[in-house]
Amino acid sequence: MSEKEVKNLDAIFEARIARDEKIEPKDWMPEKYRQTHIRQISQHAHSEIVGMLPEGNWITRAPSLRRKAALLAKVQDEAGHGLYLYSACETLGISREELYEQLHSGKAKYSSIFNYPTVTWADIGAIGWLVDGAAIINQVPLCNTSFGPYARAMVRVCKEESFHQRQGYEIMLTLCKGTPEQKAMAQDALNRWWWPSLMMFGPTDAESTHTEQSMKWKLKRKTNDELRQQFIDQTVPQADILGITVPDPDLKFNEETGHYDFGEIDWDEFWQVVKGHGPCNKQRLEARVSAWERGAWVRDAAMAYADKQQTKKVAKAS
Amino acid sequence: MKKDWPLWEVFVRSKNGLEHRHFGSLHAADAEMALENARDVYTRRNEGVSIWVVESKYITASNPADNGELFEPAQDKIYRHPTFYDLPDEVKHM
Ligand SMILES: [Fe+2]
Ligand SMILES: [Fe+2]
Repeated sequence: MSEKEVKNLDAIFEARIARDEKIEPKDWMPEKYRQTHIRQISQHAHSEIVGMLPEGNWITRAPSLRRKAALLAKVQDEAGHGLYLYSACETLGISREELYEQLHSGKAKYSSIFNYPTVTWADIGAIGWLVDGAAIINQVPLCNTSFGPYARAMVRVCKEESFHQRQGYEIMLTLCKGTPEQKAMAQDALNRWWWPSLMMFGPTDAESTHTEQSMKWKLKRKTNDELRQQFIDQTVPQADILGITVPDPDLKFNEETGHYDFGEIDWDEFWQVVKGHGPCNKQRLEARVSAWERGAWVRDAAMAYADKQQTKKVAKAS
Repeated sequence: MKKDWPLWEVFVRSKNGLEHRHFGSLHAADAEMALENARDVYTRRNEGVSIWVVESKYITASNPADNGELFEPAQDKIYRHPTFYDLPDEVKHM
């Protein structure tokens, strides 16, 4: 294809997206579109998968059968989210094995929030409330993104997220209505999860590099700062209902703007965790790699069994 | 002899009276496992009453680049639509 022809295709492609048409896997697409989508969708899938680890930590120690069943179902949903997204990503021509390879070798990133530890039961409440809450705000706009398989996966994911956030908030509510020790546990969890949750929306608009292109392709509909503000505005009143305090002395409702003003985010911490120096980066990746490696014999056995059954069938037929 | 699990496409009938619809794909060693995985991945909340799985390699898909030759001929056969035929207004129920 000549350069001019590609330019022409490029223009037709961008116009289709501008008209709100969806792009499907076999359609022609610019290489940059393909690569950007592989990167974003796989990062998203990895986040769902690694995200199971901090919560899985509490399944066997949930305080009641009701909580245990709910947490188990929530973690299973996150596995499902990872699988929807991996399969959407594979339609772009990358194999599942390559995707896992990128995660396990550390080449691919996942959401930094999952590199923080879950030290008390209240952390499970705080994660559902804050982390899933932030994820919902990030994900809802993606239900309308331009790449068909990604948009369809996000519709399914978003439908399931609401239960995640509600079960988390209910845990917080129960703790806050409990003994002073239990309420202190809830406050401590909020103290530790608040700032990392704000960081989930990514760097400030001034620092963010690919916002413009992402907006065009509808990988983003609002900027990081707008989404962060939306999260703060909706979450602070929820903390008030719980009767616990958001750990930000500068947090104040601004009558003029109708939004909460808030304090400076520690971006050094954010970049440290992104670069692999968070409290649990190493532990998370090790857990993931070890599960994959220790499961290898099961995968091989299943494949050997399937081949044997197939051979038997063929023999019978002839 | 390392062999990766093949890819399967999953189709789900949400309720009787509706057709099976493509839900997504997954990896499984064989058809039986593909069905079980499809149940866990795509129907955790009663999303279906029936599941079909088919190994992705058996699907033949048309190429969007050929859409011109494939679908455009339908466009100049406007006589396939009821509005092509001129009838007086007095004719009812037709
Ligand atoms: Fe999720
Ligand atoms: Fe979730």
